[in-house]
Amino acid sequence: MTVSLSGRGVGHSFGDLTVLDGLDFEARPGEVLGLVGPSGCGKSTLLELIGGLRQPDRGRIEIDGKEGEDARLERCAWMPQKDCLLPWYTALDNAGLALRNLGRSKGEARAEAGLLFDRFGLAGFEQSRPDQLSGGMRQRVAFLRTLVSRKDVLLLDEPFASLDAITRAELQEWLLPVLDEKDHTVVLVTHDVEEALYLSDAVLALTSRPGRVAASMKAPSTTGFPREQVVTDPGFTERREELLALLRQSSPSIAGGAR
Amino acid sequence: MKAVGNTARLWLPPLLLIILLLGLWQLAADTGFLAGALGLEDFLVPSPGQIGEVLWQDRSLIAENAEVTLVEILAGFGIALVVGVGVATALHFSELLRRASYPVVVASQTIPIIVIAPILVVWFGYGIGPKLAVIALICFFPITVNTLDGLRSVDPDSVKMLRTLYAGKSQIFRRVEAPAALPYLFSGAKIAVAVAVIGAVFGEWAGSERGLGHLMLQDNAQLMTARLFASVAVLSLIAILLFTLIGLAERALLRWR
Ligand SMILES: Nc1ncnc2c1ncn2[C@@H]1O[C@H](COP(=O)(O)OP(=O)(O)O)[C@@H](O)[C@H]1O
Ligand SMILES: [Mg+2]
Repeated sequence: MTVSLSGRGVGHSFGDLTVLDGLDFEARPGEVLGLVGPSGCGKSTLLELIGGLRQPDRGRIEIDGKEGEDARLERCAWMPQKDCLLPWYTALDNAGLALRNLGRSKGEARAEAGLLFDRFGLAGFEQSRPDQLSGGMRQRVAFLRTLVSRKDVLLLDEPFASLDAITRAELQEWLLPVLDEKDHTVVLVTHDVEEALYLSDAVLALTSRPGRVAASMKAPSTTGFPREQVVTDPGFTERREELLALLRQSSPSIAGGAR
Repeated sequence: MKAVGNTARLWLPPLLLIILLLGLWQLAADTGFLAGALGLEDFLVPSPGQIGEVLWQDRSLIAENAEVTLVEILAGFGIALVVGVGVATALHFSELLRRASYPVVVASQTIPIIVIAPILVVWFGYGIGPKLAVIALICFFPITVNTLDGLRSVDPDSVKMLRTLYAGKSQIFRRVEAPAALPYLFSGAKIAVAVAVIGAVFGEWAGSERGLGHLMLQDNAQLMTARLFASVAVLSLIAILLFTLIGLAERALLRWR
């Protein structure tokens, strides 16, 4: 099942610090919405608001027409900025956490999560402890853990920010067909404009704190082509520069380019 | 081969130091230097050799009493472990309970054991009861406070992540809070066994018919200094042994670290 996601006039403050202000956004069922913006503009906070981990001070967020905190928590799976893999579990048991929480047996959870291990190039690392995995593998396990929950909405917070450029490009290329094939509605936070355009259907650029919408842009269709070809395509680079210019205007701190 | 080498490198320096200190002590006692310096009769300042001799001669008497004390320590520590972990868990789950009772937990540590032990003997007699109470009381604090700190040390993002993956309070406890608290619990338990030995001696001093503490009082009164030292050595050995056992359990249980 696919669900829609929308926010109207969303604002949030921590004490005196206004982090988000009057934000409108919308993702259609099955769409990937990219969120870019400078550090500290409230991207992570927004994901937590969407996921029902917090309630916004102002405005409303609806998933599939439902507004309650619990209703949103029920539908969203969150991949935090740190991978948050639990060191006392193997990679496989980390990936199967959602199933265990649903009351499935250890064996069932392992069998089901194990299928995805094979498909996502993690075969052979089922019994590894998180600290034995490379950064790219850790992110993949953390993503699988999110996917295994079978929730309608995936909230991904800078999933590749901690990786080196080559691994990041590899994982972007790996993630694209996965997001396309499944009918999840996805909100992808990143501070990398290129990553946002490559992986999303639409991109929302936020201003520096308090985060407001600086621009909203449809992303070019990227599926089916090698990543290198896509990101060097003139249509793509044009939009990337346009988005960067917009971000630069609305938030002086990001001047300096895509990072 | 390499492992043996590493173990040797680890144990050799302290071992050599202990042997050196014992040798110096032996020398100082044999020559009468130590007794002279302290202005004492020679028999009041036994050498390590003499202590070893007494340890061997009176081995059954010492072992009998050591067993009594060891049982007290294990039982008192066990009670503190169960109660301490239980209390820490309860305080973790209830903000109100935590605010209300944390001062009481801290106050429990400010009670001077040496003062309360005689009172416990008056109340509960010369049996094992007062000793268990004293030992449990001093073990309770490090175990409870450490466990509570451990339960609260969890990364809030891990908890949020689990909440979005269908986890309720009890699952969050099982999957992140309890495992995160385990290393803290072990630290608390190590401190607790070390002080448990002291607690056992205080408990026996306050009133007892058996145990190493009791034997020490007797020997002290009869100026049997060598056996007094022998009891102290056995007590230290018990403390080191228990400490090591907990360390081994820690390594077995905390493989992920
Ligand atoms: N729990 C919190 N309490 C107080 N301030 C917070 C909290 N979480 C985030 N902030 C502040 O809100 C601002 C936005 O944070 P965040 O949403 O993490 O930004 P981003 O993810 O875009 O880098 C930052 O200035 C941060 O310090
Ligand atoms: Mg962030």
